Amino acid sequence: MVPAPEECVHSSDDIVNEGRFASMDDPAYAPAVELVHVSKTKPVLLGDSVTQLQVIGDVSFSVPKGEILALVGPSGSGKSTLLRMMNRLEDPSSGQISLFGTDISSLDVRELRRRVGMVFQTPALIAGTVADNVSYGPRLRGEDCDPGECLDLVRLERDLLHRPATALSVGQQQRMCIARALANRPEVLLLDEPTSALDQTAANTVLDLVCRLNREMGLTVIMVTHLMEHARAVGTRVVLLVRGAKIEEGAANAFFASPATEIGRRFLQGELSNEC
Amino acid sequence: MNASAYIHISLIDLLIALLFVGVTALISYWQHLGLERDIAIGTVRTFVQLLTVGFVLQRLFDASRWYWVVLALAIMTTVAGYNAVKRQAGAKQGLFAMTTASIATGGAITLILVIGVVLRVLPWYQPQYVIPIAGMVIGNSMNGAALVVNRFHSELTLRRSEIEASLALGAPAREAAAGALRESLRAAMMPTVNSMMTVGLVQLPGMMTGQIISGASPLDAVRYQVVVMLMIAAATAVTAMTAAFGALRVFFTPAQQLSPRLELGRHWDAYVGRRQS
Ligand SMILES: Nc1ncnc2c1ncn2[C@@H]1O[C@H](COP(=O)(O)OP(=O)(O)O)[C@@H](O)[C@H]1O
Ligand SMILES: [Mg+2]
Repeated sequence: MVPAPEECVHSSDDIVNEGRFASMDDPAYAPAVELVHVSKTKPVLLGDSVTQLQVIGDVSFSVPKGEILALVGPSGSGKSTLLRMMNRLEDPSSGQISLFGTDISSLDVRELRRRVGMVFQTPALIAGTVADNVSYGPRLRGEDCDPGECLDLVRLERDLLHRPATALSVGQQQRMCIARALANRPEVLLLDEPTSALDQTAANTVLDLVCRLNREMGLTVIMVTHLMEHARAVGTRVVLLVRGAKIEEGAANAFFASPATEIGRRFLQGELSNEC
Repeated sequence: MNASAYIHISLIDLLIALLFVGVTALISYWQHLGLERDIAIGTVRTFVQLLTVGFVLQRLFDASRWYWVVLALAIMTTVAGYNAVKRQAGAKQGLFAMTTASIATGGAITLILVIGVVLRVLPWYQPQYVIPIAGMVIGNSMNGAALVVNRFHSELTLRRSEIEASLALGAPAREAAAGALRESLRAAMMPTVNSMMTVGLVQLPGMMTGQIISGASPLDAVRYQVVVMLMIAAATAVTAMTAAFGALRVFFTPAQQLSPRLELGRHWDAYVGRRQS
């Protein structure tokens, strides 16, 4: 058993009780991210012909502000597709996604992407130095940015700033990608399997970082992962996706202690192999 | 022999030229290249296509009407636009109109300058000048547009993750694809730039050869060739630039997303066709 990274302590109930947010029953309360009847059909290549495949089917859930949602499911269940729709790298075929109560399709797409940061499984580097990468977002909008400050946030040494991004280790690159997203001062951070390309130590560093950002900055995080120990380590809430359908949604503690569904139970026991 | 200075080729001479084909076919047969059939078809097509074009041009020259010249230019541009996307491995849908418009833009700007300002042809539609010059301008623009489209498509596929990372940080498509655009433009301009380096050293350009054979002094022919080289460079650059911005609109959606056509590649046309019917 690998040493578990520092666990995130709070749950949504704690936050509500601390009085930092209005109660969930308050009509003025708008979740950070809300999906309503989201479906996605897309053309995929099957063999030598194009087929319309339903990748996401009628998924609804919401992520309260300040939570870390672990979006879990077997590979091919549509987790990445769902995440990509939240900052409009793709669009749903039907249904609606809202950010703090506003339909994201009515927002300016570039402003939406500033507010909703995204980090991919394999660190995607922009040509240039670490500083070039980190200040990329603010520079696009002609804003000033102290890349050193962003590196502090992810605990990377400032003397890395002028190295080429390619000279970093994969773990450092992944933290740089998080710093790059943070430079945009996002309200929500999307992480697509951020630990899957990393070794155990580097993965734990990233998981600790996610917890700390959430705790210290109140950042809402949605993290896709197929690794249950990583979901358990950081998630305050869980959504289980199987074959493009939502199977479970709830507090992380409850889900990992005793899943509400048979599919959930089998998934936790590793009995659900890769679905297609 | 008639009044002009150069030697005419009679129909008998043309048939004698078939001996060249015989040599080519024999080599193919001896070496088992299996090209005999293609050589035969190629020969027939060379004859039919060029004799037809010769006939059409003769009528065009005799009539010397501006509207026939403009029609010829329009047809040449459309065929070039089609050819520029014909060998594109991926999706063609939406590209044909785009390349045709780019070639028209690059071609028109250059042609107006050459015909109206440099050569000052009067009347401007004199087919003897307009048609051959337009042929060179449009032909080179076609290659430029094709190179831009092909290269842009492969650069996007290659740099996909970097581009999506930029988009996800709030970059507009033009910014996220800046590297891919630059590479595509370079690829389109390199052949022209290279030919400016070596022109005259290895072989004489076709037009210059033709002028010299038909009796022009080499010094005169060279001046024409200089104008032609510079005009081709300009036409290629303008067409490539226009095609690059067109390709940006084709391969990205208005919401600054990579188009799904990138993943579907050559299957995209069938997919769009089926959805529309
Ligand atoms: N480029 C593609 N070609 C074929 N199928 C695809 C493609 N992209 C996604 N899919 C299909 O969409 C489904 C969801 O994919 P994805 O969102 O990547 O799942 P996950 O991230 O959960 O592994 C998969 O079942 C997969 O078969
Ligand atoms: Mg995935």
